[in-house]
Amino acid sequence: MAFAAFATAEAQTQAPKRKSRIALFLLLPGIAYLVLFFLAPLISLLLTSLQAPREFGDIGQFDYAFNWQNYTAVIQGYLPHILRSFGYALASTVLALIISYPLAYFIGVKARRRPMLQGLMLVLVIAPFFISFLLRTLAWKQLLSDESFVITSLKALSLMAPDAHFTGTPFAVIFGLTYNFIPFMTLPLYTTLERLDTRFLEAGSDLYASPFTVFRKVTIPLSMPGIVAGTLLTFIPAAGDYINASRDFLGGTETQMMGNVIEANFLVLLNYPAAAALSIILMAVILVLVGVYVKRSGTEELL
Amino acid sequence: MSAGAFAEQGADLELVGIQKRFPGFTAIERLDLTIPAGSFFALLGPSGCGKTTTLRLVAGLEEPTQGRILIGGADVTDTKAHERPVNTVFQSYALFPHMSIIENVSFGLKRRRIADAAGRAHEALRLVELDHLAQRRPQQLSGGQQQRVALARAIVNRPALLLLDEPLGALDLKLRRQMQLELKTIQEEVGLTFLHVTHDQEEAMTMADSVAVMNKGAIEQMGPPAELYESPRTVFVANFLGQSNLFSGDVVGSTNTAITVDAAGARIVVPTERARRHQGRVTIGVRPEKVALHREAPRESAQRNLLGPGHVIDVSFSGVSTQYLVTVPGVGTLTVFAQNIGSGPVAAEGAEVWVSWDVAHGFGLDDDAESAPRFAADDDTETIAVHRREALVAELEER
Repeated sequence: MAFAAFATAEAQTQAPKRKSRIALFLLLPGIAYLVLFFLAPLISLLLTSLQAPREFGDIGQFDYAFNWQNYTAVIQGYLPHILRSFGYALASTVLALIISYPLAYFIGVKARRRPMLQGLMLVLVIAPFFISFLLRTLAWKQLLSDESFVITSLKALSLMAPDAHFTGTPFAVIFGLTYNFIPFMTLPLYTTLERLDTRFLEAGSDLYASPFTVFRKVTIPLSMPGIVAGTLLTFIPAAGDYINASRDFLGGTETQMMGNVIEANFLVLLNYPAAAALSIILMAVILVLVGVYVKRSGTEELL
Repeated sequence: MSAGAFAEQGADLELVGIQKRFPGFTAIERLDLTIPAGSFFALLGPSGCGKTTTLRLVAGLEEPTQGRILIGGADVTDTKAHERPVNTVFQSYALFPHMSIIENVSFGLKRRRIADAAGRAHEALRLVELDHLAQRRPQQLSGGQQQRVALARAIVNRPALLLLDEPLGALDLKLRRQMQLELKTIQEEVGLTFLHVTHDQEEAMTMADSVAVMNKGAIEQMGPPAELYESPRTVFVANFLGQSNLFSGDVVGSTNTAITVDAAGARIVVPTERARRHQGRVTIGVRPEKVALHREAPRESAQRNLLGPGHVIDVSFSGVSTQYLVTVPGVGTLTVFAQNIGSGPVAAEGAEVWVSWDVAHGFGLDDDAESAPRFAADDDTETIAVHRREALVAELEER
């Protein structure tokens, strides 16, 4: 959904002028799929979010109503979680961009004449996908737990306070989010930088621009499509993530994000309207943020 | 170049003992070159002769393995590209696609913090008659317009030296002629030193004050276009710059003013001063348009070399002139250009003809036609990168 805003700029240019029955017919399966698995659940979610508790009913029993107070209630009750979600997502997106950009630049530009190295590095970026991210996040929990070699060594070197923890802190969650979404940042950046015409960089330095100015004025603007795609692919799933922040993984009680709250409301508290309202809020906020971001980044002519 | 300052006039360019090696091959063997300030100099050669590498060395986009580069007497060998008083018009134009035309043109001025960058940029655009398109993006311009913008973007900086890397290559013939004239006019107007790299011999001859013909990483001959054309020194120059009829033979006689060469039985006389070698086996030649075609055996004359009888094996009519291929038994095939002064070709295919030319028009070369390879090596930077990639792919497939 969020990508609709991202894709329109390029899709408009070559729209067929004539209406075609065959095209409509070919579109049917896709439309049916979207209605069945996207539109219907979305409407169901919207209706659920407005439900009211059944009078004298059990826990988890609700009736259809227009109980919009659900929204004000969850915003009042979970505002810290909502802010935390977008804060963590933003932090991990920025970190992933800072880490991925030099990596993608090296693979896509510097290693161009060494296809072996290029291939090897791309495999290294993609390789983590061969293992479930649940397992990898659990492994990090082990590696960074209080008894782990890393933490005991840091404590022995007095780089960490003796009673400090790493897991359960915001740093651990942001670390986990960054780690898990780095490939989603690196790959789109790589595909844009791989096509980056280095003659523009030469033209920049020929026109008295220092290497840093060339990077700022030429490389960054020309790789904007990759930056936009990468940040969206990182920010959107990170904002809704509930694995990294979960107490069973890298998080703690003080690091709960919207995903964790939605999970708890659905599965533990059985407060379906609250969970649905939170889900709608999450979607709406992401949609607005992404819409503004894509409009402002102005990458239309580069796509 | 210091911030906020312009070069007042063009500067000399001096290349001293330049050598450039890439992994696995040498692009430039040894190059010495001096280009006087304010001149329009063309570096002419086939693709892979090292001319683009030379340009990139001057621009600072490559570092020489050996040798020094001096601009206006100052050694810039170790100066970074963005600090050299040099601008380039790239073959691909390399206009920044994310900037408007005016932003492209003022880019260099802004980097050097020159006052009134926008005003100067508009002025440069007016010079190439494109000021009305200042707000457009490069993609919205035609190839010829982009080329002019690239030129404006370079000359607006008033560089001491302007480098042109085959900037007219992508244009169609008509536009090219027009741009050649415009470039020449602009060069005379602004008085900058132009170094123009091209593989188009006609372009080099019409535009440049002096031309250097490059082959396999070295300069074969250098001089004013007419001198290069009328008295080429090597087989390569004779064939690359226009066409030539070449003959090889032993010197059988010489006087103070001329040598006589025995080319498979035919005696050909060449003036001594126009011959590079005066004894042993030599290669001599004559330009096709200097050769006259005769339907009947002409009278022998000391002033003219005469070959024949031979047969016309091909006639191609091209409007202004007709090109004949004439085979003379023993000597080989000659090309003859004849102006169409009458109407149509004067000899048909298969006709028996004689050919002759003024002794003064012949030239003797430094090397032999047999020893010169037919094809130049493809050893520019890009080709090497492609070769290396192909080699690596092949290596991968072998395993």
